[in-house]
Amino acid sequence: MSLAVAGSGGAGRRIGACGLALAGLAAALLAGVVIGETALPPLTVLQVLANKVLGAGYALYPVDEGIIWNYRLTRAIVAAACGAGLAVSGVVLQALLRNALADPYVLGISAGASTGAVAVTIAGLGAGLLSLSFGAFIGAVLAFGIVALLARAAGGGAGAAGAAQIVLAGIAGAQLFNALTALIIAKSANSDQARGIMFWLMGSLGGVRWPDVWLAVPVAVAGVLIVALHTRALDAFAFGSEAAASLGVPVRRVQAALIGSSALITAVMVSMVGAIGFVGLVIPHAARFLVGPRHGRLIPASAFMGAVFLILADILSRVVIPGQVLPIGVVTALVGAPAFAAILVRGGRRL
Amino acid sequence: MIDAHELSFSVRNRRLLSGVTLGLKPGETLGLVGPNGSGKSTLLRLLAGLTRPEAGAVRLDGAPLASLPRRTVAQRVAFVAQAAETAERLTGRQVVELGRTPWLDALAPWSEADESIVDGALATVEMLDLAERQWGTLSGGERQRLHIARALAQRPDILLLDEPTNHLDIRHQLAILRLVAELPVTSVIALHDLNQARICDRIAVLHQGRLVALGPAEEVLTPDRLRAVFGVAARELTDPADGSRLLHFHAIA
Repeated sequence: MSLAVAGSGGAGRRIGACGLALAGLAAALLAGVVIGETALPPLTVLQVLANKVLGAGYALYPVDEGIIWNYRLTRAIVAAACGAGLAVSGVVLQALLRNALADPYVLGISAGASTGAVAVTIAGLGAGLLSLSFGAFIGAVLAFGIVALLARAAGGGAGAAGAAQIVLAGIAGAQLFNALTALIIAKSANSDQARGIMFWLMGSLGGVRWPDVWLAVPVAVAGVLIVALHTRALDAFAFGSEAAASLGVPVRRVQAALIGSSALITAVMVSMVGAIGFVGLVIPHAARFLVGPRHGRLIPASAFMGAVFLILADILSRVVIPGQVLPIGVVTALVGAPAFAAILVRGGRRL
Repeated sequence: MIDAHELSFSVRNRRLLSGVTLGLKPGETLGLVGPNGSGKSTLLRLLAGLTRPEAGAVRLDGAPLASLPRRTVAQRVAFVAQAAETAERLTGRQVVELGRTPWLDALAPWSEADESIVDGALATVEMLDLAERQWGTLSGGERQRLHIARALAQRPDILLLDEPTNHLDIRHQLAILRLVAELPVTSVIALHDLNQARICDRIAVLHQGRLVALGPAEEVLTPDRLRAVFGVAARELTDPADGSRLLHFHAIA
């Protein structure tokens, strides 16, 4: 991977690495559009893009055009945005909480999103006025709020003990919200609803359309930019929040801004595509293995790798079982867990 | 300069510091001694602005520390904690580079000047040769020297060190103490070895959270006071080679 060598050289190499990363991302997006149950030739894909973006007048089958533009392209773009957002959230939480196991799911955010989703779709909360996504978003924000308050009440200050408290609070919150989800399903759902909601809980990009793109992309880009502005502050947390404070980092402000951003990114992504596990945990570690622990390189590398990883996972989820789409969470875990194990063994990183 | 005025601090109703007033003189090296739990670390953390005092105030050139931005404080005051650890796979040089954090931002990226300050700090603690080694592979003493280099790379006016010689072998203990004493900055250094503390210009003795003595070593470290504060008997000996005095301790029977 090109990013591994960037930064040790000058600005030229960095620009070269960025260029390669963008080319890789474009290639992954193209693959995401080309590969599927009906393979569509790359040329057709490029012609559709030319038609839609540049107004070229290639004559194409409307069905092909529809599949490419409304179905596969939106799916690939949202996958990229989710992957980048979740991976960067993972980096931030691992750095600020100084916990190699931290990722957006540890804070109970996805559990809250799930509860919100079932509360709306199955228990009928909001009397049909709320969408599943909005319910999930509210649930995610609510869960994170409760976890943060609990951590604070448990004495989660700025020190190392505080970092442990928020992880413990997150575990407690996740258990509570998962139990609530199970309760709602058991109480109110018929078997079809239960099956549908279980599928969503495992992560699904099936229902993604253009409006989702216009939400996912700005959130991911803004989130990554906010985090990228704080790379030196994140580095300064290497020896803990007190050491960061003695290096001039306004610890509370940075923690609030960055953990808040991560929570928001996760809430938005989970509300759209369900609980996709492992991206926020595995990608940061893989990126660290490749480009080292410094956030100036780790953040862009994680964003890029998360984006490509989730596009590829989505492709796999569509082609592994012919005629059936696997939940993407299953693919990320099936691929991610062994990859993670390999990194752990080879990297010898102390957890 | 830093002044502490009537500082008090407690944790869970346990008083760690009460009514400590202390003014630093520009350029001096102040030794902070006292038994375990006497409040040395607490006082250093309050002076660094890492904890807010319960009562009283720390002032930096007359301005309350709490009112200054962290960044401004970090450009003036560097703090070396006891045994700060990381699981990140940073190299020694990268750890020292963290010391430049208060001077860098989006508009002031890494420069040649920063590079040479880091080189200088590494050379000062004799860690240039090991600079590319990973943190996890270094010994406790080497890590401690990197922390001190990191603090030096902050280019502070005031250097606060919490038992910096803890993990060091005797040669590096003497080297670090000599270095701190000779640096043109004001330093406060918490120490356990009372003979080594004699290198300091002044010594502050803490006992049960109170400042019980402040002054030159020969005035402050008297047998009576050592018995009262540390609970040991001490005799002063003179090295026949150079006439320097040192303390010999006995347990009180």
